Amino acid sequence: MAYDYESSIRPGKLPHIWCPGCGHGIVMKGLIRAMDTCELDRKNTAIVSGIGCASRLPGYLDACTLHTAHGRAAAFATGVKMAKPGMNVICVGGDGDGTAIGGNHFIHACRRNIDLTYVIMNNYIYGMTGGQFSPCTPTGMLASTTPYGNPDPVFDISKLAIGAGATFVARTTAMHPRQIDKLITQGIKHKGMAIIEVLDDCPTSYGRRNKFRSVIDMMKRLKDNAVPVKAAAKMTPEQLEGKFLTGVLYHDTELPEYCEQYEALTKKAQNA
Amino acid sequence: MAKKSALVQGNQACAHGAIYAGCKFFGGYPITPSTEVAEELSAMLPKVGGKFIQMEDEIGAMASVIGASLTGAKALTATSGPGVSLKQELIGYACIAEVPCVIINVMRGGPSTGMPTGPGQSDVMQAKWGTHGDHAAIALVPESIQEIFEETVRAFNLAEKYRMPVQVLYDEIVGHMRERIVFPEPGELEIIDREAPTVSPEEYKPFDSSKGQVPPLAAFGSEYKYHVTGLNKAADGFPTTKAELVDAEERRQVDKVECEEARADIEKNEEYMIEDAEIVLWAYGSSARSARYAVNELRKEGIKAGLFRPLTLWPFPEKRTAELAEQAKAIIVPEMNLGQMIIEVDRVAQGRCTIDGVHRVDGDPLNPGQIMAKVKEVI
Amino acid sequence: MSGARIEVIERNCKGCSICVEFCPKNVLEMDVFLVTAPRPEDCIKCMQCELLCPDFAIKVHDE
Repeated sequence: MAYDYESSIRPGKLPHIWCPGCGHGIVMKGLIRAMDTCELDRKNTAIVSGIGCASRLPGYLDACTLHTAHGRAAAFATGVKMAKPGMNVICVGGDGDGTAIGGNHFIHACRRNIDLTYVIMNNYIYGMTGGQFSPCTPTGMLASTTPYGNPDPVFDISKLAIGAGATFVARTTAMHPRQIDKLITQGIKHKGMAIIEVLDDCPTSYGRRNKFRSVIDMMKRLKDNAVPVKAAAKMTPEQLEGKFLTGVLYHDTELPEYCEQYEALTKKAQNA
Repeated sequence: MAKKSALVQGNQACAHGAIYAGCKFFGGYPITPSTEVAEELSAMLPKVGGKFIQMEDEIGAMASVIGASLTGAKALTATSGPGVSLKQELIGYACIAEVPCVIINVMRGGPSTGMPTGPGQSDVMQAKWGTHGDHAAIALVPESIQEIFEETVRAFNLAEKYRMPVQVLYDEIVGHMRERIVFPEPGELEIIDREAPTVSPEEYKPFDSSKGQVPPLAAFGSEYKYHVTGLNKAADGFPTTKAELVDAEERRQVDKVECEEARADIEKNEEYMIEDAEIVLWAYGSSARSARYAVNELRKEGIKAGLFRPLTLWPFPEKRTAELAEQAKAIIVPEMNLGQMIIEVDRVAQGRCTIDGVHRVDGDPLNPGQIMAKVKEVI
Repeated sequence: MSGARIEVIERNCKGCSICVEFCPKNVLEMDVFLVTAPRPEDCIKCMQCELLCPDFAIKVHDE
């Protein structure tokens, strides 16, 4: 029954700063449940973020929390994990933070296959600065800096992560809360770089400008267009038009993890 | 038993100094003329149980260093002017979040790509003012290979003691030059580790300055859980916009380095034939080597010249420079830039003596003859 | 099936109405900007409201 989130949240920090209807709180709840399921010792868990709405998440959680600079979460987290491989290191942040200004760190953390769990909340927009388009804003949509429609093509974060070498890549949405904690749990347990993309909503900066009548409209869009990977396999490209796949998109348990590789290198150096 | 000595390059000496100081993490990105620091540490660090990582870019390197330091590891990066420019935002982060770390800047010409294989001293102002916002800075400027070793050790000590980034600036000449150095025995040089908290995890506040200007820093992964942010924050580490809290924290973070007691601890100068000097050569790094030669030559000619050489450039040696301005007829500042530290010398001298500079930015070092010519022009 | 007690933490509720919309049994209602639970006897404890509340403002307890 009623879940005990409060034990994971720093006293006095709620209500949080996110706007009414923003899905980041749903993701935070999922993350807490996943950390509980994995029985993560919070003293030994670092939660690292960059800048933006989603990057405010670590401040609420009772753990070793590191709110860094714009785009740099994966790079700070790499330093933490390398220096103390025994720590659980989780990154959280948004689409702009992770794939635009932080894109280089993102792909290289994937390439190294370092044991981080990166929960990336994709709400298609820069929310904190007031709704400028991000690499994930769909082409043609309106943002404060695309008054005539977004001319840019779009990053598919999960595909980007798979292409860059992440060994666990999964996608879900803010409308699938049980799947959020299931996938984050799998990501935490996975030894290597795990990316969990959560499609999210930003009613304030994206929804209103793009004629969603309410946050409910946005949530319904997430619910109606999510297609589980297995179901998608039986669908035609026409049927999949405008849909997005959810579930585990890629999982490779063979590729060695970076810190373990470095440990092996260390032994070699010390025996030389 | 004779002490171990060897003929080493400046950048190698830096790596040895880092290991001596207890460095356990290096995050870097290749850049001339500093790359040998990374190369050397990629071999040395795993042997001592440390970690080396070549990051995807300069910014990532700085980020990894701060992240590693928060776990308690003494952390280092090495770069050159363009790399420091890229790192500046995160150097500011290390300032406000008060994370100890050391940044080696092997200076070349600039701006931009400039002259990667030529020496320069044009980053001395960016070492102080490169990152935005008010902040304290510590920068050390060794002139020899032995000193690169020792000043790297001192940089780690100061970073740990004052809980902040410390920069070591030396130019391409000393970075790539080889000299015989004597390696200090273990224990011979003082090694300082950051102060750990003594309060319980429940009571711990990462910026609690009630017991001193530099609050103890707990390691991630120990018994202490806390929050770190680049936002203005209160003593508990959480963001605040309360004017009085922001003001107090900002001032403390500058004052911890610029108060009289800290200055006395951090400042380090060499004075050569200063006692009766009428002409003071105010020089640092490899330019000071030419200046010392010039002093000897000028003395032979009966000119009362002396050398004042700061090893700590920031905080600026204000008091001593002011005294020298009182004593001397002129202070000449030779530097491999178009006039940077001379601005500070001039500010502090307040018209008490003539201030002039010798500047060179063509990729060649300042030679004693140029300095002597300027001295003769001034007298 | 035993009943449910639905707790609304008013301090945290921002009135987004997600819980009201996605409750399959119409247990919840908006009272202007605040959620209320006028029909707890209809609750099937599916937990959707609690799981989907972004604001840590609604909890479903066993009665």
